[in-house]
Amino acid sequence: MRSPPIPEMATQEVQLSETLAHLKTESDTLKGKLEEERAKLHDVELHQVAEKVEGLGQFVMKTRRTLKGHGNKVLCMDWCKDKRRIVSSSQDGKVIVWDAFTTNKEHAVTMPCTWVMACAYAPSGCAVACGGLDNKCSVYPLSLDKNENLAAKKKSVAMHTNYLSACSFTNSDMQILTSSGDGTCALWDVESGQLLQSFHGHAADVLCLDLAPSETGNTFVSGGCDKKANVWDMRSGQCIQSFETHESDINNSSEADREVAIYSKESIIFGVSSVDFSLSGRLLFGGYNDYTINVWDVLKGTRVSILFGHENRVSTLRVSPDGTAFCTGSWDHTLRTWA
Amino acid sequence: MAEGSRDHGGAGTTTDPEEDSPNMIVYRKIEDIVTRIQDEKAGGVAIRTVKSFLSKIPSVVSGADIVQWLMKNLSAEDPAEAIHLGSLIAAHGYIFPISDHVLTLKDDGTLYRFQSPYFWPSNCWEPENTDYAIYLCKRTMQNKARLELADYEAENLARLQRAFARKWEFIFMQAEAQVKIDRKKDKAERKILDSQERAFWDVHRPVPGCVNTTEMDIRKCRREKNPHRVKKSVYGVPDEGQSQPSPVHSSSQPTRKPTKEDVQKEISFLNIQLDRHCMKVSKVADSLMSYTEQFMDYDPFVSATEPTNPWISDDASFWDVEASRDPSQQRVKKWGFSLEEALKDPAGRDQFLKFLESEFSSENLRFWLAVQDLKRRPLQDVSARAQEIWTEFLAEGAPSSINLDSHSYERTSQNLKDPGRYSYEDAQEHIFKLMKSDSYARFLRSNIYQDLLLARKKFLSQQDDYWHSTTLKHLLSIHGYQIIKALDLSAMCPRLIARFLLLHYDLLSAKHKVEPRLMLYV
Repeated sequence: MRSPPIPEMATQEVQLSETLAHLKTESDTLKGKLEEERAKLHDVELHQVAEKVEGLGQFVMKTRRTLKGHGNKVLCMDWCKDKRRIVSSSQDGKVIVWDAFTTNKEHAVTMPCTWVMACAYAPSGCAVACGGLDNKCSVYPLSLDKNENLAAKKKSVAMHTNYLSACSFTNSDMQILTSSGDGTCALWDVESGQLLQSFHGHAADVLCLDLAPSETGNTFVSGGCDKKANVWDMRSGQCIQSFETHESDINNSSEADREVAIYSKESIIFGVSSVDFSLSGRLLFGGYNDYTINVWDVLKGTRVSILFGHENRVSTLRVSPDGTAFCTGSWDHTLRTWA
Repeated sequence: MAEGSRDHGGAGTTTDPEEDSPNMIVYRKIEDIVTRIQDEKAGGVAIRTVKSFLSKIPSVVSGADIVQWLMKNLSAEDPAEAIHLGSLIAAHGYIFPISDHVLTLKDDGTLYRFQSPYFWPSNCWEPENTDYAIYLCKRTMQNKARLELADYEAENLARLQRAFARKWEFIFMQAEAQVKIDRKKDKAERKILDSQERAFWDVHRPVPGCVNTTEMDIRKCRREKNPHRVKKSVYGVPDEGQSQPSPVHSSSQPTRKPTKEDVQKEISFLNIQLDRHCMKVSKVADSLMSYTEQFMDYDPFVSATEPTNPWISDDASFWDVEASRDPSQQRVKKWGFSLEEALKDPAGRDQFLKFLESEFSSENLRFWLAVQDLKRRPLQDVSARAQEIWTEFLAEGAPSSINLDSHSYERTSQNLKDPGRYSYEDAQEHIFKLMKSDSYARFLRSNIYQDLLLARKKFLSQQDDYWHSTTLKHLLSIHGYQIIKALDLSAMCPRLIARFLLLHYDLLSAKHKVEPRLMLYV
């Protein structure tokens, strides 16, 4: 076999790298243009427009229920549509379903792995999904029979090549959306376990996702270690929008069209692990790594309240479906509902 | 997408990717605070030597001073927040009480010292048990009251002696060597160094019951660039490779250089973004403000609920009321906000459907609902269901034929060649717009909706309650109890009684002569 002509190859390589350099320049120019355009649209600050809005009064929010039972850090929780039941998962491998109103435990499942980082309640209230270091998302139908072993009916739905960071049912029990440390999100058919759509675009671990709240919505947002928050179209798998903000990982996300305001304070130096909005969108609750919850006035950008109670990081926070309370899970092994 | 080569505005000097890690960012912030506190000339606290009993305590500051500084310089609104923040700074090992293993900040005369940068957490210490053993061993060798082991430390030492039984001689020798080195130091300096060393171990081997702030979120562990790097020893003991591997997952995505395809994808994405219609912030702000204003009445955190919030009152009636298909005025008002809101509420959906049925135009809504249902089906059912929808709503001579423009119709029939969950997206959107602009507006003006909104019927029926019962009694007195006997009328609502009367009017009129006036009123 004749050896390839060396000079030709060298020229080819030079050509390739030239094209790559060209493309990079083009890409950088476009990025610059995009920033310019966005800056033009940034004609005013949200809190300036909101000056005429009436301020919120004093809030008296406190822990109304404390749920004890996990043997290790609580990593995730989700509400049932009945507004009182919740499911929670922990580093100890357990997934527990509680009636948070009475604080009774109703079901418990032991997962084959530790660090169960994601859990979700099905819209019907008849099943829960969970996963973590096992790289999978499994669905467990909830039986009314207390003696029945839930693990027996387990259905393995999603398979990723790295840890499962978040999962969520869409409007039905039949589809699940997952995000993973392998940098992708995916939509699955629960019944068959088939992959319906995959979402590629993050350059690193995806840590969280959130679905657009409307019935007709077909989009969701995901945030990751690449400091990007991407908005996706569930039907096509395309990334519709991308936000590059923050200094570091995006641990949690809530649907938005653009970055309109930043909520920060000099005295808050620890990161936020989880966020959620109140029903009207006027309040933003953030669970922080300094064990507290900060409540923000979304329009005015001011901190309305700081809540103490947890004895270690707050790892998860969600407002209940009817907005009457929010629940937090913490590394102190407990969950608390606040109102 | 491959990460751009952009400089992160301002900070730009660090090239170490580790600096981006969330922990590092927090550490740098704390270090900035701690540096500022110690800078007396720049408004920091005074670090002094305090005379106590028989000796002097070098280089200390009171807890109260620290709290005050935090409040002033970090705009903490109240002492509680400052104390909390200070306690966290202590828990991470940047400041420590000189006479306690528990790392919290107290707002009083308790004395604190600052940790040496050598021991800062940002140096990524992961001290081995061999180091800890050397440390505890060393403490027992020094005959000073202040260096006595606490109970939990004595227990730890005993455990380590058992675990390292074979190499205990080596550990002992290392401890002796450390003691020799320490003896050479100045007395005051030794006090300070000893306390800093102790504080270091209070972070890495905390008192039982205290939070271990060195615990890491396992998702962040993976990002260590060199997970198997040689861990440096606190006492310069060479690593014998005995370290247990921490639960680190090797990255499945090795960072690779962006290829041509990557950049091309990025370019097309950026072009789409540029073409995308974006709103001005002022407009976004306005729409956000009107949205929140509209829904604030429905937000239990902002407006008190009626009946009271179950979580606060321990009374679940609020949920019982919400679950009933008998909607409150406030809930009915929400249906008027938008078609989406009306359809979100099952009661709203029912009423809208009822209205449309009365106009014989319910096929649009039924189509919309059917398509929603289709999207929620398991994959295996989708194809069949899609066909059913076609037959019911779109095929020639369909029983519930909907009106689609020819373009949507064409596209939909094309989609159905390979039926999927989104085959009817176009059609559904079109029908939704139709309903929104036409029947929804009329629904809001309709009697069905207005009655509910203004709670008219309820009011009327309360009045009629009395009337119907008297009429019934009158009827009964004239016509006998044969029909009525079997039913418990006290349990019937007035509406039902009225209907009952209507139904049995024939019977009554046939049997006995009843005034027609009665029937008209009902």
